[in-house]
Amino acid sequence: MKKPHDMGGLPGGAIIPDFGKEPVFKEGWHGRALALTLAAGALGRWNLDASRNARECLPADDYNRFSYYEKWLAGLANLLVSHQLVSREELKDRRADKNAPDIDANPLSAAKVSAVLKTGGPTRRKVAVAPRFTVGDFVSTKSLQQGVSQPNNHTRLPYYASGKKGRIIACHDAHILPDSHAHFNGEAPEYLYGVQFLAGDLFADAEHPEDEICLDLFESYLEPLKI
Amino acid sequence: MPHDHDDEHAHSLLPPDPQLQVKALETILSEKGLIDRPALDAIIDVYQNQIGPQIGADIVARAWQDPAFKERLLKDSEAVLGEMELSGRQGEHVVIVENTEDTHNLVVCTLCSCYPWPLLGIPPSWYKSDAYRRRAVHSPRSVLAEFGLELPDSKKIRVWDSTAEIRYLVLPERPVETAGLKGKALRDWVTRDSMIGTGLPKDPKMDAPKMEVPDAETSPAETSPAPETG
Repeated sequence: MKKPHDMGGLPGGAIIPDFGKEPVFKEGWHGRALALTLAAGALGRWNLDASRNARECLPADDYNRFSYYEKWLAGLANLLVSHQLVSREELKDRRADKNAPDIDANPLSAAKVSAVLKTGGPTRRKVAVAPRFTVGDFVSTKSLQQGVSQPNNHTRLPYYASGKKGRIIACHDAHILPDSHAHFNGEAPEYLYGVQFLAGDLFADAEHPEDEICLDLFESYLEPLKI
Repeated sequence: MPHDHDDEHAHSLLPPDPQLQVKALETILSEKGLIDRPALDAIIDVYQNQIGPQIGADIVARAWQDPAFKERLLKDSEAVLGEMELSGRQGEHVVIVENTEDTHNLVVCTLCSCYPWPLLGIPPSWYKSDAYRRRAVHSPRSVLAEFGLELPDSKKIRVWDSTAEIRYLVLPERPVETAGLKGKALRDWVTRDSMIGTGLPKDPKMDAPKMEVPDAETSPAETSPAPETG
């Protein structure tokens, strides 16, 4: 089942370049929404993959209707409630319930912001196994019907590149697998590969069939190509 | 505590106006001791005033001037950027891709809005728009034309869809007109869009193409009702 966020390759409207002129935050609340999301994330109750999944799991109508930072706020609200940091009543009342039990948390302080942002969240991990593929190998990507993407399951294999043939152009070592991590099922690191596709292999009506599209795909998304 | 199956839709309890949503969440989290308001100001300050495309432009200008630096940057950008203390959130693992006579690189994130934050800052609205996310992989040439960039058929386009935690920065070709330039004079040629691939380096004395720039958030030009997405 394809969710609305998985939109690569679909027809779309005009693009409105800003040529570098747009302010970083077009509205005051945009910066605030970003900061709230990062500060709440720093509580460590969920990870970036879960955050992405929360936005992707918004009802399609909301996903399509909300502006960018509205999706962030909605995803944040849902994570806060599902992790029992905030109750539905508190969201409704727009204030904290004075009788709610204390939460043992360590909020991000202003003094630590710079260091936390500088560290980020590196995803590379060491694994004991050898990579299955090497640069130059031809592979086929799983089709989404094969179960890479169950309804409401997070994956980073876009629909437009599923069930297609490509070639390995890089191995980026092993990284946290979002498909597992987003659902709190552990980091389950896997080798991550740069995979190159020909535009003509992805799209029957490609503008220029020899153009290339490169994606970073996890080992479990790939099968050796049987020629 | 019971786990309400409707948790996913808790967001619908927020007020409809996003400004009020921010206010509500900030009030609740602050009263509960889950956020520290000065930290929010500090985060905004970092992205509004400290991190931005000038950082990426510095790297590009240095790569143009210093072949040894460029070679290391292309081979092991993560180590080079780490030494320069330029890694960080949304730029933990960066790959630099070089434009050449034969190949033009273009970066997108079709699934959300992944972007090399420590090098370019927060992405512009169009990068996060449905239109760009939908079309960049399928119709890169017509997308580039909308940025005023017409590429000859003889030049191959390589689109990088940032589907995992690798972030991409384009190293554009150095324009011949910049021969002899150094420092800021050279850096000023490196536009943000040239590092995403939707533009080329440009003489800073020339202004951006004259175009009407309607508000991307309310523009009716979209076929899809949501111009901005995450």
